[in-house]
Amino acid sequence: MKVDQLSIFLENRAGRLAEVTRILSEAGVNIRALSLADTSDFGILRLIVSDFEKAKAKLKEAGFTVGRTSVVAVEVNDQPGGLNSILTMLQDAGINVEYMYAFVQQSGDSAVLIFRFDRTDQGIELLRKNDINIIPGDKLYAM
Amino acid sequence: MIYDVKNETLPREDMEALQLRRLKSLCERVYANVPFYKKKFDEKGVKPQDIKTLKDVSLLPFTVKQDLRDQYPFGMFAVPKDQIVRIHSSSGTTGTATVVGYTKRDIENWGELVARCMMAAGASAADTVHNAYGYGLFTGGLGAHYGAEALGATVVPMSGGSTRRQVTLLKDFAPDVICCTPSYALFLAETGLEMGIDIRELPLRIGIFGAEPWTNEMRADIEKKLGITAIDIYGLSEIMGPGVAIECAAAQDGLHIQEDHFLAETIDPVSGEPVGPGEEGELVFTTLTKEGIPLIRYRTRDLTTLNYTPCKCGRTTVRMRRVTGRSDDMLIIRGVNVFPSQIESILIDTEGLTPHYQLIIERQGNLDTLEVQVEVNEALFSDEIKSLQRVESKVMKNIKEFLGVTAKVKLVEPKSIERSLGKAKRIIDNRHKD
Repeated sequence: MKVDQLSIFLENRAGRLAEVTRILSEAGVNIRALSLADTSDFGILRLIVSDFEKAKAKLKEAGFTVGRTSVVAVEVNDQPGGLNSILTMLQDAGINVEYMYAFVQQSGDSAVLIFRFDRTDQGIELLRKNDINIIPGDKLYAM
Repeated sequence: MIYDVKNETLPREDMEALQLRRLKSLCERVYANVPFYKKKFDEKGVKPQDIKTLKDVSLLPFTVKQDLRDQYPFGMFAVPKDQIVRIHSSSGTTGTATVVGYTKRDIENWGELVARCMMAAGASAADTVHNAYGYGLFTGGLGAHYGAEALGATVVPMSGGSTRRQVTLLKDFAPDVICCTPSYALFLAETGLEMGIDIRELPLRIGIFGAEPWTNEMRADIEKKLGITAIDIYGLSEIMGPGVAIECAAAQDGLHIQEDHFLAETIDPVSGEPVGPGEEGELVFTTLTKEGIPLIRYRTRDLTTLNYTPCKCGRTTVRMRRVTGRSDDMLIIRGVNVFPSQIESILIDTEGLTPHYQLIIERQGNLDTLEVQVEVNEALFSDEIKSLQRVESKVMKNIKEFLGVTAKVKLVEPKSIERSLGKAKRIIDNRHKD
């Protein structure tokens, strides 16, 4: 039920982000979701891509430091309160969200939330118990 | 002109025979009189009588600066205290001071050696020497002073400071020779111009400069701005002071080492094995005649090459290339000695890995700043900002705690630190750029 997320270390220099997207584009890898966190010196780019292994290999080849993180993708109705109900549920169970990002699907009726939990397995168990729709990796990559 | 024709132009075989005789006697003296050396010799399993050829010097133990500190103040002295007539010492601002003692004979030899240097630089007994090296515990001032007197020159014992007065006396006393640090020479020239005195128009014709590293570009600058010949003199207080080696005015191509008094070797700074002539290595000296504090294989940490080819000045002594680097990469940041290896140890201790790193030193106003750039690798990397920032602040805290220096730690991408010839360039020191 987990999703492989690619994390990339980026120095805050002009053109570094474009270098990543160029490599992925040339490799024919599609970006499904993206989040960029940054400080004054460096940033961490987090990506869900159509072909994790290929993207990782190409970026490593180009000298980037990359990591694999297991995240959880959740589908919620694209309406007010959708995210709040999930966060409340997690809070009650004492599961911490390290970070998260979201995107709205093209069809327009649901949003996808990507979560990084401090305890991933417990997080998945909690969501399943509450009948939350978890999107498995292979489905998400092919969306 | 050569001051001591006999000793400065000895054929190689004669020089080596003289050095061997003195080396043997030195080993016997230190073994008998300096407990520190007896212990060192015994630990290496070497006896004074094992020295049969000059090459056997490599059997002997090294001496390092820390040994002098450990023996503070008088533990390295090889004669009873009543035979010591003078003491010099390093400032000790970065740890225990190192102390050196001279016998009457040492002081005489020192004067003779500096006199040789002055003549090699083009000075003579008829000249007046303006000595602007500091007098006191520092060896520069008194070393140059006694040398100028031994030469028979007239000395102006100016010492350091009072720059405008120095310029006035350069004009009024019209010295032929000046001794000071190269940077001070440039400062004198500038001050002179402010005072309306162009040093180029004075009779001054020779500058004997040492006590700090300088480049050929700086030499050209000094020669242009002062209208003199700028000569590089080399020495260190542990070995004697100024006068261990000097450039000759005739060639200005390497510094003649006073080989009848100091046996010079170059070694691989890592393995300690000797390197050949022409190959860069760490300069190591054995004092052949010193009585007060003779040293065996003292590691100077200065990097140079030795050149045994004959010099056009007629001297046969080996020449060392101008010193521009050190084997220990020591940096002084806001008065604190910092070795890149210490930073490396802290990085290893902090995250348990051997990262690529680089030290960048800048000067902002009068303050040095140190930035430690560390390349991120997969072991160090995390998808969370806070854990990378935790690494940065931990390294910063440990550097402050262990070295007493505040550093900015910056994580950078892999391979972003330049590799030169397969070896990482650890230091970028931008302080001395104009």
